[in-house]
Amino acid sequence: MMRGRALVVAIPWAWLTLFLLAPALIVLKIAVSTPADAVPPYTPLLQWDDGWLPHLQLSFDSVVLVATDPLYRDALLLSVKVAGISTLICLLAGYPMALAIARSSLRYRSLLLFLVMLPFWTGFLMRINAWIGLMQDDGWVNTALLGLHLIREPLRLLYTDFAMYVGIVYTYLPFMVLPLYARLSQLDPVLLEAAADLGAPPRQVFLRITLPLSLPGVWAGVLLVFIPAVGEYVIPELLGGPQAQLVGRVLWSEFFANRDWPTAAALATALLVVLLLVPTCVLVVLRRGFGAAMRRWV
Amino acid sequence: MTGRSIPLLAWLVACYAFLYAPIAFLVTLSFNASRMVTVWAGFSTRWYVTLWQDEVLINAALLSLRIAAASATLALVVGTLAGYALARFGRFATRGAFEATLAAPLVLPEVITGLSLLLLFVALEGTIGWPAGRGATTVTLAHASVSVAYVAVVVRARLAGTQAELEAAAMDLYAPPWKAFALVTLPLLAPALVSGWLLGFTLSLDDVVVASFTSGPGASTLPMVVFSSIKLGPTPELYALATVIVASVSLALLAVWRVQR
Repeated sequence: MMRGRALVVAIPWAWLTLFLLAPALIVLKIAVSTPADAVPPYTPLLQWDDGWLPHLQLSFDSVVLVATDPLYRDALLLSVKVAGISTLICLLAGYPMALAIARSSLRYRSLLLFLVMLPFWTGFLMRINAWIGLMQDDGWVNTALLGLHLIREPLRLLYTDFAMYVGIVYTYLPFMVLPLYARLSQLDPVLLEAAADLGAPPRQVFLRITLPLSLPGVWAGVLLVFIPAVGEYVIPELLGGPQAQLVGRVLWSEFFANRDWPTAAALATALLVVLLLVPTCVLVVLRRGFGAAMRRWV
Repeated sequence: MTGRSIPLLAWLVACYAFLYAPIAFLVTLSFNASRMVTVWAGFSTRWYVTLWQDEVLINAALLSLRIAAASATLALVVGTLAGYALARFGRFATRGAFEATLAAPLVLPEVITGLSLLLLFVALEGTIGWPAGRGATTVTLAHASVSVAYVAVVVRARLAGTQAELEAAAMDLYAPPWKAFALVTLPLLAPALVSGWLLGFTLSLDDVVVASFTSGPGASTLPMVVFSSIKLGPTPELYALATVIVASVSLALLAVWRVQR
């Protein structure tokens, strides 16, 4: 019995060690190796060139380069900014959407949820490709704006920051709506009725009951959008202009175009550190500030 | 707070319009007679014929389907074991680390997953000589390593909703643990196994970043081919391909949804 249990845990552990822990260590190892004109293009850490004892050859050049060179620093900052703005837009658009789904009658609810998830299954590249067509100078977006007499001549949309934001928000909106919905649909309507009975106007019911009780869903949605958006490669590459040098793109070109594996590995490590630090800081600040702000506004 | 408000409903409609505009665009323009991807020049199915005759795309699609099926199956085996351990074994010694490592692929950016797995494959080839070069095998393993996390989540959630007493009863009646698992747990798990496998299958079929890192010459998956062709400029042929994907995925999901209800 206990031996069977050990085996059931051991198989996935072996898998995780091979495919998650080992690669993480290898990335760290290569980040402190020296780039070289070889296959693979870096020098080994341990070298036996002077007799019996191997000597450890560490090089922090790539780590220092990533931490100090404006190219990499700006890429990381830009990624955090773009992901942060996209997350905010997703939250502002997704919250009312999740609320409306949670309040719709049970008959339509599963259909509405299904419709949120369906685009997610229909080919990510296909949908990005559709946006390329939609946002061309003579695409549907410009045609509609011209038809409504909102603009006089076609806007340049494709290969701009605007197009990139549209692509990111479009791709990650369902990731925001689903955890929000999960939380909002669990909300006990009795609480809302009680507040209303006690004379709270709808705005106050929302700010003092609905919003605070939905916060765990907000955090979940924010993380599910922010984290993949920071490392996004495909959307800035296909929809953004050449100025949209997000960290995913820089890492990609270091690796594929420059064949600089140590710098790519150091950049991946830096990205991981940013991903651990930024959400933690934001959560701490928001949790402290939220209570105070609520007391002041309500 | 009766629940229904006009602005909220209007916003809901606007959001669904935003989600479905690109899909409507793809389906409409795939029947365009013109080579242009924006100007409508009459109805035609010529792009479906072009698609049907495009050997590069079809071979890439077949390769992608093979990789998706193999990686989903591999992930199903490992992910089910992991999900079962988390749902049924209580607080085993390495639980905390196990849970954190297992969930990592859910939150790691694709570029990091892709880069680290490629570096692993290169290091493995350098030390034990396997895998020799990169191609379908390495992409399959890479996709499976991501999908394991998703399968484990689905399996664990399903097991949390079923009673451990059923397995205990089977073992009280002298079924050995493996038999209790096969005859009681697995049938209970069936819906989770189906959705876990499908999840892994679609994740693999949809991925371009991890595949680009871990693939080698001669093994371009469908998303890799589509990605490079989009970079050269969109063609109506890709819209036809998208329409085929949208239609088949919708039908498959609708079927799963109806069965599970």
